Amino acid sequence: MSQLLEIFWSFLKIGAFTFGGGYAMIPLIQYEVISRRGWLTEQEFIDLLTIAQTAPGPIALNTAVFVGYKFRRYWGALAAVLGVVIPSFAIILVIAMFFAGIRNNVWVDAAFKGMRPAVVALIVAPIVGLTKGMHWVGLSIALATAVTVWYFGFSPIWLIIAGAIGGVLWVAYKGKEVNP
Amino acid sequence: MMATLIQLFISYLKIGFFGFGGGYAMLSLIHSEVVVNNAWLTNSEFADIVAISQMTPGPIAINSATYIGYEVAGIAGSIVATVSVCLPALTLMMLITHFFLKLRDNRYIKGAVKGMRPVVVGMIASAALLLMFPHTEDGKSFIDLWSWAIFAAALLGSARKINPILLIVLSGVAGVVIYGL
Repeated sequence: MSQLLEIFWSFLKIGAFTFGGGYAMIPLIQYEVISRRGWLTEQEFIDLLTIAQTAPGPIALNTAVFVGYKFRRYWGALAAVLGVVIPSFAIILVIAMFFAGIRNNVWVDAAFKGMRPAVVALIVAPIVGLTKGMHWVGLSIALATAVTVWYFGFSPIWLIIAGAIGGVLWVAYKGKEVNP
Repeated sequence: MMATLIQLFISYLKIGFFGFGGGYAMLSLIHSEVVVNNAWLTNSEFADIVAISQMTPGPIAINSATYIGYEVAGIAGSIVATVSVCLPALTLMMLITHFFLKLRDNRYIKGAVKGMRPVVVGMIASAALLLMFPHTEDGKSFIDLWSWAIFAAALLGSARKINPILLIVLSGVAGVVIYGL
């Protein structure tokens, strides 16, 4: 029981202090899970990052399930997930309850007008690094995805399925690894 | 009410299940379910939530689930959406953790992951395009030259590894100065 509480408490901290999502939280997880608790070795942590990024869903959540499950199976996974979700749930619920009342305030509206272009910039920024060194086939697929989803309102789900099937077929056909 | 809760459950289950590639890639998926398919939010409300999620802790998929669930169906809605967005990760990750050592070097899995990679990059780009050039007038993120100036400054700041929360807060202050005074 006490170990379940430790798992819950560690992930509660991770959930409460990981602003900006995904990669920003890696150092905090590293500290909690490796340095402080000794739950994982460095190598296990690198493996964990690989799967957490490969599997669908938020990286924070995937990490929580991995660590929790490794120690206390289902209950550990549940304790870790509750820990990581509760802070964000509580904060957003409070904002959702009161935001509608202040949304049309002149100052709030002005602040949001300023924040929106910055949000777009934060989304654009990683694209440069991700496309660097990408094969032209990959680049074309990325471009086609961007246009069909944005302009034609196509659901990304079908494109993800097509990408996965395409990758598997390529491996089956070539009999070796793909490098898009 | 019950029908709305079921629809929320299905939509966020889909978002959780197909949410490959992290937060920004999931944005276009969330947009597709929430704005395009179900019209629960307008483009500008969607843009507001993205901004709020950047400033509050936690993954954007969970933040948006809680917020939109509440908007659509109150506290029950926020619980249903948050639980359903977590369910795929919870079950899939337990399976993956269990079988990881056998799966890690499977070439078909590697192929599927590599095949999805360019799609994920395209999804991130489409999220940016949806916010920059929405199909309706109401969701416009860029209203004048000041918007482009803030965009350029934030892009530069991001390239210099300035903390994203700080960038959002500063641009909010810029917004108050430019549009509020």
